Amino acid sequence: MSRGRTQEAVFRVLMLLSLAVVTVSLVGIVAVVLVKGAPALSVEMLTRTPTAGYYMGGGGGILNAIVGSLLLAVSATVLAFFFSIAVATYLQPEFSSSRPANAVRTVLDLLWGIPSIVYGVICFVIMAFVGIGTSLLAGIAALTLLEIPIMTRVMDESMSTVIPELKVSAHVLGSNPAETAVNVVWKQAGPGILSAVLLAFGRGIGDAASILFTAGFTDFIPRSLLDSAAALPTMIFFLSTSPMPEVRGRAYAAAFVLLVLVLVVSVVSRLLTKRLSRYVVK
Amino acid sequence: MPTSTEKAPPPFRHAKAVLFRRALQLAAFVVCAFLFVVVAVLTYKAAFLLRHESLPDILFSSEWNPMRGRFGFFPIILGSIYVTGLAMLLAVPVSILSSIYIAEYVRGYGKHVLKSFIDVLAGIPSVVYGMCAILVLVPWVRDGVAPLFGVSSTGFCVFSAALVLAVMVFPIIISVCVDVFQAVPQETREASLAVGATKWQTTKLVVLRAALPGVFSAVLLGLGRAFGETIAVAMLVGNLPRVPRSLFDAGATLPSIIASTYGEMMSVPRYDSAMMLLALILILVVLLFNYLARLIKRNFEKTQLGEGA
Repeated sequence: MSRGRTQEAVFRVLMLLSLAVVTVSLVGIVAVVLVKGAPALSVEMLTRTPTAGYYMGGGGGILNAIVGSLLLAVSATVLAFFFSIAVATYLQPEFSSSRPANAVRTVLDLLWGIPSIVYGVICFVIMAFVGIGTSLLAGIAALTLLEIPIMTRVMDESMSTVIPELKVSAHVLGSNPAETAVNVVWKQAGPGILSAVLLAFGRGIGDAASILFTAGFTDFIPRSLLDSAAALPTMIFFLSTSPMPEVRGRAYAAAFVLLVLVLVVSVVSRLLTKRLSRYVVK
Repeated sequence: MPTSTEKAPPPFRHAKAVLFRRALQLAAFVVCAFLFVVVAVLTYKAAFLLRHESLPDILFSSEWNPMRGRFGFFPIILGSIYVTGLAMLLAVPVSILSSIYIAEYVRGYGKHVLKSFIDVLAGIPSVVYGMCAILVLVPWVRDGVAPLFGVSSTGFCVFSAALVLAVMVFPIIISVCVDVFQAVPQETREASLAVGATKWQTTKLVVLRAALPGVFSAVLLGLGRAFGETIAVAMLVGNLPRVPRSLFDAGATLPSIIASTYGEMMSVPRYDSAMMLLALILILVVLLFNYLARLIKRNFEKTQLGEGA
């Protein structure tokens, strides 16, 4: 018995140590970004695009990346939404039998696992084929592809939890599967659909690998879909190894903005989902 | 029998429903087709290089000289194995121990808070991990760790990349593992405790054993993510396609070499074909890991449901 006790004590210590390692390293990353990024922030940084000599320590801010990131991620999320809600609805038992549905789920899980650089490469090949260069359009396409599997799988899980009695009731009252899906399932799964959208948005706005060769990089705010677009992640990637401390400061500022954006979206999504699920019939 | 109070049905109800169903089917078909398109495009593009050189030559040659059309993948593949292997070696024990603690030892609200905390942090963009590592980890490895082992290092090396990769897969493995442990039916724990086992004995001999396939699938998911992680590794590993002489030497991984050379490759013949072949190998390995993970998880869920019922 006492050997068991000793083992229990040893493993308890090991488990606490592990949890401490995980917590400290993750909190440490947030802390480093906030501590390094906060001093680099200023009104100019957030409201100006780069000016002459930017990469040698000249003036200007990171507005090009902030606007670029929002344009890329918001458009990609909107496009992915229409696609994902269709696929997620298809996966419900009213529209597919279990074998094809599970096959599609497997494909989605596989797509979720594909490294984002591969989405970038594929879009790059298509761009070369069609004959367009690095552009906002290509970046949006890459991010949309990246977001679809994430969004669809989370929507699917929330639609699957809609209680069957409600669907049966709608059916009994004479509505067909399409009407039930739109009026009952989508509304009941609303909080889950919202959190799926926000989760995918968070992934999209933070991803650098897929937009590296597709969206390109520019000092200007894009004026058309065929202009190149800067983004926060690519800006961090390019500037954080710069030899000039002022230029590195912009990477820290960009990381601060990006991290705050991602964390706020994630926390707001949790709170909203919790609040909205009060109106869901359980 | 129609009565005067009955309202006319909205027009085209049936047609709309049929159209709706067809649209959903089309969307699902497009998603599935896309996976095949990805593999097909990469294969088609990679075939160009394979017509000129044999696959074993490419895989086991160490000569990387794009200007002369020599693409030896061996150092890159080895670099990927080193970085991913070391990262998993560090991440797996820490993640599993943490998730056991969260699932079995923390009660009530604390558990909810810890799980949400891990999930929120799983969303930190990888470029942020990379930047923090350049700020903190690289100087530490350069001035602290490498001299300890008697080697000089720039800090941009296999070890740094593996360390930050380990931190990046913590949330993935922990998040899946906690769910897996919680899926083990409560009755199994109670039965073990009732015959006199301690809490840890129950965890080790009953919960962990029942959850083992699920844990394995979590590790595979983490492995797939680590193998494909691009930006953070590209920022840290040094991106030199040569066999690293030590853990503190620069190397390259499959995704990192794609990310760092993609822009310049168009001017050199066969370069893009070589990159496509790298991407193809990358995607096939990741798909294999993820497929196995899914297979094991499905089996686990089936058996757990069977036992729990």
